[in-house]
Amino acid sequence: MSKDVIIEVDKVSKQYRLGKIGSGTFAREMSGLLSRVRGNKSAYSNLSENEQEILWAVKDVSFNVHQGEVLGVIGKNGAGKSTLLKILSQITQPTSGEIRVKGKMASLLEVGTGFHAELTGRENIFLNGAILGMSKQEIKNKFDEIVDFSGVEKFIDTPVKRYSSGMYVRLAFAVAAHLEPDILIVDEVLSVGDAEFQKKCLGKMKDVSGQGRTVLFVSHNTTAMKTLCSRGILLKKGQMIKSGPITEVMDYYIGESERKNQVEHVFEEDKRKEAQIIKVSVVDDKGIPATSVDLNKPFSLMIEYLIREPISGLSAGLSISQATESVYLIASNEAELNPEKLKARAAGYYKNIIQVPEKILNVGSYRLRTGLTSHNNIYDAVDDIYFDVYDSVGIFQALGYAKKNSVLSMQLQWNTITSSLVQ
Amino acid sequence: MNKEHWTFIIRARTGWFDLKLGQLWEYRDLISIFVKRDFSTAYKQTILGPFWHLLQPLVSSLVFSFVFSYIGRIPHGEIPSVLFYLSGIVPFSYFSDCTTRTSSIFTSNANLFGKVYFPRLAAPLAVVISNLIKFGIQMFLFLTIWMIFFFRPDNVLHPNLYILLLPIMLFIMALLGLGIGLIISSLTIRYRDLTNLLGFGVQFLMYMSPVILPVSIWPEKVQWITYVNPLSPIVDTFRYGFLGISGFNGMHLLYSFCVSCILFLLGILIFNKAEKNFIDTV
Repeated sequence: MSKDVIIEVDKVSKQYRLGKIGSGTFAREMSGLLSRVRGNKSAYSNLSENEQEILWAVKDVSFNVHQGEVLGVIGKNGAGKSTLLKILSQITQPTSGEIRVKGKMASLLEVGTGFHAELTGRENIFLNGAILGMSKQEIKNKFDEIVDFSGVEKFIDTPVKRYSSGMYVRLAFAVAAHLEPDILIVDEVLSVGDAEFQKKCLGKMKDVSGQGRTVLFVSHNTTAMKTLCSRGILLKKGQMIKSGPITEVMDYYIGESERKNQVEHVFEEDKRKEAQIIKVSVVDDKGIPATSVDLNKPFSLMIEYLIREPISGLSAGLSISQATESVYLIASNEAELNPEKLKARAAGYYKNIIQVPEKILNVGSYRLRTGLTSHNNIYDAVDDIYFDVYDSVGIFQALGYAKKNSVLSMQLQWNTITSSLVQ
Repeated sequence: MNKEHWTFIIRARTGWFDLKLGQLWEYRDLISIFVKRDFSTAYKQTILGPFWHLLQPLVSSLVFSFVFSYIGRIPHGEIPSVLFYLSGIVPFSYFSDCTTRTSSIFTSNANLFGKVYFPRLAAPLAVVISNLIKFGIQMFLFLTIWMIFFFRPDNVLHPNLYILLLPIMLFIMALLGLGIGLIISSLTIRYRDLTNLLGFGVQFLMYMSPVILPVSIWPEKVQWITYVNPLSPIVDTFRYGFLGISGFNGMHLLYSFCVSCILFLLGILIFNKAEKNFIDTV
């Protein structure tokens, strides 16, 4: 390979044992350990192999990243993207394989990591910067720039617990944006904050790659992916099934997910997630899960999720766009009409049924995204749920068209007042 | 492929004693910021703030004086009882703070460890250093009270050059606290019960040392218990240096140093092992 390979991922695999981690009794562990020391496989060790389900979150993944490249990692939920990033960020170890890296690497799996609520904005800039690997001097030099970028000058000496969530995220991202590693690993952080802020972030990311630095990027934001990345790799069930120019990989990916006409989207339980979406489905007016719904009838979306540990501030959200576009037609959050839901929530199973009135979405294919988020954390996100809307009546056929030539199919009341012309 | 100069390599297994000291040095700013954070957030939104650091040992030594000296009539020579207990509590609480805070390092930093990489040892090191500041404050209290008694005409304190051993005593306690703390913290990843046990353990170590009961009043048959405890020689040396009682035994101090070293190395070893896959278990 050429000289400018900056990351070499070589047959990396990561195995998880599902089931009874840590719940085995101490005595059992000890007997297992003892027999291992003695060198014979005990009944327990044989048992454990059978009892524990083994999951390869990442399996035999190899690829190279070149200097200055922006590599997008694409894949469905549970495809192993996050695990791969965690291995790359040295948060967890691979089970086998090797990754060789040249240069300083920083990873942003979340914005505001380590922020302490009691500390002021100023103190948190230093804390967060140091956690991300900057030296005190570096932070000092960039301090003004960071504050400027965040737009929270006025509150820089206020504890961040008094910040609005928007300010908090802006400050956090500002610190992250001023990292200057050779390699930057970014996971979904762009999905937080308002549209304007996201734009700002994307711009910053472009700058970073423009300066010849290497970026590894995971996102559900396909537009961002397409504009930022030059190359992509596609993961499926832990394995890399395609790599190449981003548009090619993207098309392959979209093609593949559209081909699958699942009625109910069920996700494997992942105990590592504090909160997780386990099932999403589109349900017609009779309550039957469907892949296509009638424009003339209301339908609903069903989102089922688990909260494994009590969490406050969490809410489920969804957005709908046309299958091929990225502009959201509808975005909604379960707390928008009921902010009470943001309060601490007990662990448990939650099911949301979201009613969509008839004649909102026009005939066509739509893409549904849902996620579980709090103001600075994404607990889970599900993308690429496609459904179709058809028109059983032909609301526009009377006028000679197959469908309305608008994105939405709302019908408006025309109240006509007429009077005859006096000659 | 010829051997290229990679900055670092991530692989499945690394050596047992791969301490990454170089990296730790690179992250020294992080350690100092952690120390600052610990110190400035400990007593946020309290009226007394850092004065709590003073109040803790003062109140416990007053309570001990009342319970053990006044009611229990435990003898400690001519030394004023407050000073006697304070001279045990101040060094001992440095050890116990290091131990308890280190032992919860994984649980209290779970979120941080799950999201970003830095040499994990930075966190326990910061604990040891920030406790040093606390120790300094408590030492100030001790010295103030010590001086009050020292400059009285009926002074019974006989300070001597063994005071100079203080840095070594602190070093031993830091090693010991880190060692025990690291072992417990690594084991609590799987067995949370240990956190509860630790409270008893630390208390047990205190009662089995001369902090409250001077060795001289222990029945000879069981005196060995205090000598097994690696903290006893430290309390004794501290008292000998500042107050001129209990006596200094070099062998005992050496023993305590060796035990601390062994526990420290064992702690590092287990911690290193646990740190790597901790996030998959918690």
